[in-house]
Parts: sequence; structure tokens; C-alpha cells
Amino acid sequence: MSDTPSELKYTKTHEWARLDDGTVVVGISDYAQDALGDVVFVELPVVGDDVKEGEEVAVVESVKAASDIYSPISGSISQVNELLDEQPELLNSDPYGEGWIFTISPTDSDDYEELLDSNGYDEFCSSEEHEN
Amino acid sequence: MDNNQTIFDISRPNRFAGAQIPEMGSLSDIPLHFLRDSSPCLPEVSEIQAIRHYTNLSHQNFAIDRNFYPLGSCTMKYNPRGAHRAANQPGFLNRHPLTSVETSQGVLQCLFELQEILTNVTGMDAVSLAPMAGAQGELAGLLMIRAYHESQGEAHRDEIIVPTAAHGTNPATATMSGYKVAETKVGADGDVDLEHLKQVVGPQTAGIMLTNPSTCAVFERQIVEISKLVHDAGGLLYYDGANLNAILGKVCPGDMGFDVLHLNLHKTFATPHGGGGPGAGPVAVNGRLVPFLPIPIVGQRNNQFEWFGSDEIPNSIGTMSAFMGNTGILIRALSYALMLGREGMIRVAEYATLNANYLAKELEKAGFKLAYPDRKATHEFLITLSDETAKFGIRAMDFAKRLLDFDIHAPTTYFPLLVPECFLIEPTETESKEQLDAFVHAMSTMRMEAQTNPRQLLDAPHHQYRKRLDEVKAARELDLTWQPKSKKTAQTK
Repeated sequence: MSDTPSELKYTKTHEWARLDDGTVVVGISDYAQDALGDVVFVELPVVGDDVKEGEEVAVVESVKAASDIYSPISGSISQVNELLDEQPELLNSDPYGEGWIFTISPTDSDDYEELLDSNGYDEFCSSEEHEN
Repeated sequence: MDNNQTIFDISRPNRFAGAQIPEMGSLSDIPLHFLRDSSPCLPEVSEIQAIRHYTNLSHQNFAIDRNFYPLGSCTMKYNPRGAHRAANQPGFLNRHPLTSVETSQGVLQCLFELQEILTNVTGMDAVSLAPMAGAQGELAGLLMIRAYHESQGEAHRDEIIVPTAAHGTNPATATMSGYKVAETKVGADGDVDLEHLKQVVGPQTAGIMLTNPSTCAVFERQIVEISKLVHDAGGLLYYDGANLNAILGKVCPGDMGFDVLHLNLHKTFATPHGGGGPGAGPVAVNGRLVPFLPIPIVGQRNNQFEWFGSDEIPNSIGTMSAFMGNTGILIRALSYALMLGREGMIRVAEYATLNANYLAKELEKAGFKLAYPDRKATHEFLITLSDETAKFGIRAMDFAKRLLDFDIHAPTTYFPLLVPECFLIEPTETESKEQLDAFVHAMSTMRMEAQTNPRQLLDAPHHQYRKRLDEVKAARELDLTWQPKSKKTAQTK
């Protein structure tokens, strides 16, 4: 069973988000890193770019596949985790900590509250598995 | 002998076999300033050492000529030796691409006949053999779609639709052709989600790229509705020919409403495949795209076969290579088509689907889970090993590695991504029932090992030249350039 911390918010495309002093930190869930397998490359977004909710902003490449990372909310990219250039494996070893991908200054901070909570995300993951 | 030795490791200074070295005289017309002044860093070995080294390397190949190769979506079928023999005739082999049309009537006639056969079997109006691979065929196809919309004053159409389960080349080709990619969802039964497609299609749609049978290994049943939906919106339909083997001679892409398609001759028409080609990806089009076909095309004029180029096809999207694709491969494909004949081609599709359905049912009986149990297999099918992963901690990748120990090449793994821990299995029409049964036996044995002796799978392969490779290291620290340990060898000469 994958780890889904209850203090975080989630998307159906398997990103997590955490509100941290007005900005939102984004990464991929434990479920996502497990499904992807060993991550070998992360293409980071560009700081300062304005992005919309659901827009492709980064790419995570594993030994199995390359997958797009979608922005959970609209806003402007404020920071990227440059550690991932050298250590993409942080996404596997510490998806909710050192494996964060980028931070975003939200256009509207209410958007964050509308994301899935951990229960909703767990339910979504098990229904998705059930479908297959 | 040590299998990890490179030819440079067995090299010794001044050991060489000179019998086949060309005389220096033949180099005399090369200007002096183009000649290097130091010796190249070449291995120095005897003839028998060279022969053994490369023969031993060839034994490490996992190839269709040695082993069963059920690699889904790749159609690794037997390459008939008769086709090689035909293409290896000196007249074909030694012909220079700039040879005059008058003395090239034989090869031109071969290409012309292949154009005709492919036009016929796809139900389209014309074919260009120019593209040199499937991906280049896709590029040619989308550039023709672009040229068509521009000719209609509809250059504003800037979106190509692809299903979420599509081959990775489809969105890549769309992007290469300057289009934006819009994804349409695939439903739980493996067919395109028609309701979602309705929301994605619009005045911005240039076209849709589909594979049918789809990448989910099922026949897209709503193809007529999809065709109408996209055409009504002014878009065109592109057929990715990767899975043509299932319907060859049975169903024409033209009849399904497609406007343009590419054929992977190196899959469907049994030409050598793997390790980078050489491929051939001819494109077939219906009437509205004929003016834009890539050149050259072989045409007939005054009872003679001729190259048709920009004079005859002024609106062509242009050339795809310096000459005429991989001609040797095209001749193999023609030989294969002629050996089969019209009835033989239908048998290809029938046996390919029969083998796949037999294998799918036998695996299901053996306790494996089909990804789409309610659907008939096409020429290939998907199983999901997610139960084995959950119960025994053994992933599809472990099964794939262990399968090599049974002298079977692993099927395609982890594609399409929407089916977890999957195998995409394509036995092809050229395999016997005994071989298919051996595959089921290997799978069942592995399933038993997963319960009783999981290390057998986790550490596999055990009986190959190479053990489990570190794929993560290979991807993160890709290093394809061999560097000599010392350049002494080169300097002593």
C-alpha cells in the first residue's frame, strides 16, 4: 500500500501539493513513483512561467516511460528543485520531501482547497486499479 | 573465452592479417592533405581471432532466427529466405542509384508493382515508397495533411488528436510537423471514448492519428463513427500501420475512412527488423492527398517506367532521402507479397489472429489475467501481471527477464501504460502450435516459481551471456563511446 500523507492535497494525475507560506509545493505521489519505477531524468519547469491548472509543466522519465507532470493550480512558477538534475532518484526515495519538483505562487489561493484530500486520492487510486 | 573482452583487449602490437588489405595504389588519387599522418587506433589481431570474436558476439544475439520473439506491436515474424535471395541478385545489389532509367527498367518495374500491390491491399488511391521508416512515413503523412489544409485555405487548423494509449511516435510526429497534440481518452473496453472525442474535435482539428487494431490490441469498433465525427469537423484520418498484420487483405484502411496511412514493411511484409532497420514506411493516400505525395514515385510514360519528381508532382511535400528509400528492403517486400499472393495475404491475417487468440485463451486457462477479457484478441493481446505483483512482489519486468532463460524473447512490457504491469504479446502467424504451447509452459513455470522460489525471477536471467543489467545506471549514465585504455597501440606503428 502506498503512502498518502493526510496533510497534503492531491490531483487525479498523481501530483501532490502542499501550501507553504502562500506558495504551493508540488511533487508526485508515492503511488506515482512506484508505478513509474526508477526515475532517470526530470525536466524542470522554468521559473517565472505563468501556468494554468492542468497544464503540462514538467516531464519525469523513468526506465519504463516518460510522463508529463501537470500543474495542480494556476499561478506562476516560483522555484524549481535543481537537485533533481543530478539526483532524479530523489523522486523515488523521498517523493514527499527532497523529491519536490517545483513551487508555484497561486493566482487564487482558493484553488488549493479544491484539490483532493488524501482519502479522496486513495479512493481514486483504488478505483483506477479496479478499472484495469 | 571471456565474454567481456572487447576486440581491443585481445589486440597485440603488430599482429595483423594482411591478406585482404587493399593495395595502397588504390588510395593514390586522394590528395595528400586528406591523408592522416598517424595510424588509426585499430585492433591488431589475426584473422581467426577476428572471426572468433565476431562469431561469438553474434551468438549473444537474441534474434528471430534463433528464438521465439513475441514482441507486441513489433511484428517480429520470420523473414523468408526466398525474399533475401531475390533482393541479393547482383543486378539489384550492385546498381548505383544514379544509373540511367533506360538501364534500370527492372528495378523500376519492381517498385512500380509494389506501389500497385500496396495501393490495392490498403484500399487507397496511390502509394509513395519514399519514406525510409515508420516514423518517416508518419512525418510524410502529417506533412501531406498540412499541405492539404493549406491548399484549402484552412492553415489555421493546428491540432492533431491522438488517443492516450497511442504509440509514442504519434504525438512526436505531430509535434515535429508543427502541430499541437490533443489527447482523447480510451474507455475501459479499449475503444476510443467517443463522448470525450466529441469534446476534443473542433474547427482547430487538422486530423486524428489512430492505430486499428489499437495499441490496446483490440479492434476499434467505432471507427466509422470516429471517421464521420472527424471528417464532419473538417479533419483528416491518419492510420498508423503498425498493426496492419491483423487485418492484412481482410479489411482495408481505405474502407474504414482513413485518408492516409503508412505501412511498416519491416513488420507486416516480413523484411528484416530490429537493431535499427533498415526500415521502409511507404505512405498510401486517397484522392485528395495524391497531389502532395513525397517523391520520387515510379510512373509509366511511353511504355517505359520513369521516376516522377517535382515536374510531375509539383505540389509534393518533397523528397524523404537522397534517392529511393531502402530499395533492397522494398524488393524483399515485393518478393514476399508475390510469394503470398492475394489469398496468402489473407492467410497472414487469419493465422496471426488465430495464434494470438489461441495463446490468449491458453494463458487465461493457466491463470493469467487478460487486460480485456471480453474482447477478442487481434494479432496481439495484453495480459496484466498486477495480481502477481500484488501477491508475490514479482513485476512484469522480472517475468520478462526470466523468460529469456526459457529461450524466449520477452514480449513488449509496460506498453500501453494505462494497463499496469502488462505484457503485449504478439506471436505472429509464423509460429507453430508447439512453440505457443512452450510459451504457455514457460509462463506457468514462472508463475509457480513466483510462489515457491521468487529469487529465480528477481535475479533472472541466469542462463544468458549477460545477467540482470542495471537499467537505471544505463539510463542515467549513458556512455556509448568506447575509449582506448591507452593510445600506445596506435603510436607504435
